[in-house]
Amino acid sequence: MKSLEELKAIREKMQGQVGMRHEDETTTRVVVGMATCGIASGARPVLNAFVEGVAAKGINDKVVVTQTGCIGLCQYEPIVEVMEPGKEKVTYIKMTPEKAAEVIDKHLVRGQVVAEYTFK
Amino acid sequence: MTELSLNVLDVAENSVKAEATLIEISVCSDTAKDLMTIVIKDNGKGMDEEQLARVCDPFFTTRTTRKVGLGVSFFKLAAESTGGEFEITSKKGVGTTVTATFVISSIDRMPLGDMTSTMHSLITLNKDTDFVYSYKVNERGFVLDTRELREILEGVPFDVPDVSDYIKEYLSENKKETDGDIIL
Repeated sequence: MKSLEELKAIREKMQGQVGMRHEDETTTRVVVGMATCGIASGARPVLNAFVEGVAAKGINDKVVVTQTGCIGLCQYEPIVEVMEPGKEKVTYIKMTPEKAAEVIDKHLVRGQVVAEYTFK
Repeated sequence: MTELSLNVLDVAENSVKAEATLIEISVCSDTAKDLMTIVIKDNGKGMDEEQLARVCDPFFTTRTTRKVGLGVSFFKLAAESTGGEFEITSKKGVGTTVTATFVISSIDRMPLGDMTSTMHSLITLNKDTDFVYSYKVNERGFVLDTRELREILEGVPFDVPDVSDYIKEYLSENKKETDGDIIL
C-alpha cells in the first residue's frame, strides 16, 4: 500500500518554490460542464485530458481547469468554456480528449481559437 | 451512464452543490454475499420532506437550466435493475445519505469503472471540500481521508501537479492491491 510519507517530501519541495500559483485577473479559466448531462456524454475523460495536458505543457501557472454544472445545452455536451481575461468567452461543444489536446495546443498555448469545435 | 463510478461522480456533485464540507464515499464489495454497497454521505444542507419525496422523480429538479433531474434516478435504476436496493435519507440542515446495493453477478450490473478517476476529480476540483473515501473488497481495503492530506500539506493545494499526481497514484495503486485478481 502506498503511504502518506511521500507526501511530506512533496510538501517540502513545493514549499521551497516561491510564488505558488494564485488565481488572479490574468488567469485563463477552462470550465468543463460536469452535471449529469456532461458526465453521461463523457466529460470526465475530457476534464482529465485538460488537467493533464495543461500540466504537461507547463502552463498551469496561467491556466486553471475547473468545473461547472449544466448550462442548458445538454445536447452539445461535453461542453468546455475557455475564458481568457479581456476576451470573449469561447464555448467548445461535443468535446473529446483528442479535441481537448488540440484546444490546449492551439488555443491555450498559441492563442488561436479552434473554430470548428465551437458553438455557433 | 456506462460505469457506476460515473454515477458516483454525478451524485457526489449534488453533495458539493449542497455546500457539504465533508463527503464520505464508500465502495464495499463482498463477493461471498455477491453484494456491492456504495454509500455517499454528506453534511450538506439536506432536503425537506417534500424534496426528498420527489428526488427520485426524473422530472423534479431544483436547477433552472433544464427541467429534468436524472442523476439520482439513474443511480437508483442502476442498483434496482441488478436486484439490489436504493435508499436516500436526508434531514434539513444535517445532510443526505445515499445508499445503493448491487448484486455483483447480475448481468445488468454496470462495471464499477474508474473509481480512481472519479475520486481524483472530486478531490482536486473541490479543493475546499473534505472527502473520506473508503474502498473495500472482502477483507482488503484502504481509506483516503483528505483531512489527513491537508494536515501534511500545510497549505499546499491539492491541484498542484505533484500533489495531484500523488493522489492519483495513491488511489490507483491501493485499489489495484485491494482488488487483487477480482474484477469489479
